[in-house]
Amino acid sequence: MAREITQAIVDGVLIGGVYALMAVGLTLIFGVLDIINIAQGVLVILGAYLSYSLFTKAHIDPFIGLLITIPAMFVIGVFIHWAFISRLRGTERTSMTLLVTYAVGLIIEGILFKIYGADDVQINPRYVNSSVRIFGFYVGWVYIWGFILAVVLVAVVYALLYRTRFGRSVRAVMQDETAARLVGISVNKVAALTFGIGVAVTAAGGEVFGLTNAFNANSGYDLISRLLSIIILGGMGSVGGALGASVFMLTLESVVTIWQPNWAVAVYYAALVIVLVYRPTGLFGRKAVRAQ
Amino acid sequence: MSANLPWFSRNAVALGAVALAVGALAACSSSSSSSSTGSAAATGSASSSSSSGPITIGASLSLTGDFSADGQAYKQGYNLWVKDVNAAGGILGRQVKLTILDDQSDPNQVVTNYQTLINTDHVDLTFGPFSSLLTAPASAVAARNGYAFVEGAGGAPTVFDTQSNEADHNVFDVSLPVADEFLPFVDYIASLGAAKDKTLTAAYPSANDPFAIPPVQLAQAKLSALGVKTVYSKVFPEETSSYKPAADQVAAAKPDIVVLGSTDVPTVSSFMSEFAQDHFTPQLFIAAAGPDQGAAFTKAVGAGNATGMMVPDGWYPGYANATSKKMVSEYVAQYGGTASGVNADIAEAYSVGQVVNQAITAVGSVNNAKIISYLHSGVTLQSVQGAVKFDALGENASSDAFVFQWQDSGKNFDQVLPVGATGSVPIIATKPAWQS
Repeated sequence: MAREITQAIVDGVLIGGVYALMAVGLTLIFGVLDIINIAQGVLVILGAYLSYSLFTKAHIDPFIGLLITIPAMFVIGVFIHWAFISRLRGTERTSMTLLVTYAVGLIIEGILFKIYGADDVQINPRYVNSSVRIFGFYVGWVYIWGFILAVVLVAVVYALLYRTRFGRSVRAVMQDETAARLVGISVNKVAALTFGIGVAVTAAGGEVFGLTNAFNANSGYDLISRLLSIIILGGMGSVGGALGASVFMLTLESVVTIWQPNWAVAVYYAALVIVLVYRPTGLFGRKAVRAQ
Repeated sequence: MSANLPWFSRNAVALGAVALAVGALAACSSSSSSSSTGSAAATGSASSSSSSGPITIGASLSLTGDFSADGQAYKQGYNLWVKDVNAAGGILGRQVKLTILDDQSDPNQVVTNYQTLINTDHVDLTFGPFSSLLTAPASAVAARNGYAFVEGAGGAPTVFDTQSNEADHNVFDVSLPVADEFLPFVDYIASLGAAKDKTLTAAYPSANDPFAIPPVQLAQAKLSALGVKTVYSKVFPEETSSYKPAADQVAAAKPDIVVLGSTDVPTVSSFMSEFAQDHFTPQLFIAAAGPDQGAAFTKAVGAGNATGMMVPDGWYPGYANATSKKMVSEYVAQYGGTASGVNADIAEAYSVGQVVNQAITAVGSVNNAKIISYLHSGVTLQSVQGAVKFDALGENASSDAFVFQWQDSGKNFDQVLPVGATGSVPIIATKPAWQS
């Protein structure tokens, strides 16, 4: 049994890394813009398809391909913000963005379906099934690289937020948008860049998701509820919280799977409710984040 | 200038832009399928209809959502049948018009769609949706309105055991009943001999789906009775975060046989990939669904790794049936690809049309009561999947269960079981190791 539990914990941590890659962009966007980006699941799939196309058409390794897909997704993110998000104003802006990002997700999904069809695809480089034996457990290289990528990207985003002039502007907007305007920060520019960065980071999540799962244009629906629960648990707006919550939730789900897989999802959401009852701001709550 | 606009005007601009984009996309989608699907027309009801003009048929399919790959394949199958039947002069001299609505793989939406098709569009007849999960609630709507419900993808016991079907007997599944689909595989294990069976171990992971659970449970009961030891038997949620934990547990148990209750390609491909990472190759690996998806399966898992993968079904592209061969060649001509890559969903959908065509022709009208009575008369009908004869609950009592296996590095999808049956080739009895 000890071996099974250890295996489940290893699995949970590794899968948590994959989900963190997908959730970081979502929490970053919420933290700065107060936008719950319902299109996030579809954007993950868009990132997966971009990696898939580069791999199958141009034979570019998916990890190398991130050098192309991350900037491409950044441009897409900035465009989405310019075309749809930046035009929303007023007291109902947040609820409006729910509707708008949902519609943006539908548009992207429709375009992906037109291009790629309904069949499931998977990114299959030679190493996708390779693994290394660590302490008696086989661990897939894809998951190892995915987890390292998650840690690196979280660190980069964290450094961007807390070690750069741009980051200071972002945090100023997070704390008080009006005050930020008064001290000369271009809030619209910061918002557009932040949305772009959030979407760009999602390219990495899509790439690793596409390496570990078969997917089609509709696969984003299954992701969004989990990604939202992760950023709520981690503390909406907390980049490190997204990683911590991903690992916590996926490890919990993985361990429950040992005894009763069918209960894993219920326990996952029950844990979310219990944590929020005792800590409404999540594990790394918003207040704490903005006070840093 | 724009800074002076009230906030709602700005929001209206954004929402308008979105609405335009969505609308354009929707228009683009509908225009691409309107030529083959036609439009709804109020031409009749369950009990009476106009004897002139087109025969209108309505169906709800999962064009988006979890079952979208199968739903799109079903759409192709239905449309291929409509094209063929209209090219042959229609039915009773009337052309056929098919209306397809998207249920988004949602059991609630499928109910709404059939209510719309029957009560608003007043279609003459209905064809079934994809999956047992959606067929059960949809068939109740058809039953309430007196419609025959001929379908090809609702073979689970939960479809036939509904109150509505037990009362109205309106469901007719042209395909193989799913509960029995692993029986040729069980017979194969039995043929290995009692001494061998008692040395074998098996794992039974299954998705929580009415399509997947019954055949896996029946296979487990029968294999256990043969002496095959169960080392893993658990049901996992269909929409799970990852199949890795369950797959790793199966691999750790090192069973000789894996009977996977899968519903789609991603489930099977995930288990295969995790097994490969765990350096575990079961001797025999059979999945309820996924490997039957033709090229979509081999592309997702890699052709080499497909070798040895098995799936039960009632049809395969090489099936020695004249109408099946004709349908396969027409499909390839219309949609491209190769014959071995043609999805079994196409044949199931096409069979629905064929059976309904024969019923309408026999009763001389689109009267649903007469069609239901005729289909329950014990008559044997013909389809691209072979003979169709319905029992009292509408299951196809004439269907034969086969097991198919990918062979020759994923180039051929061959019938391998029952051993000795017409068309069966030797089974790959030990699955080759995974390719990295």
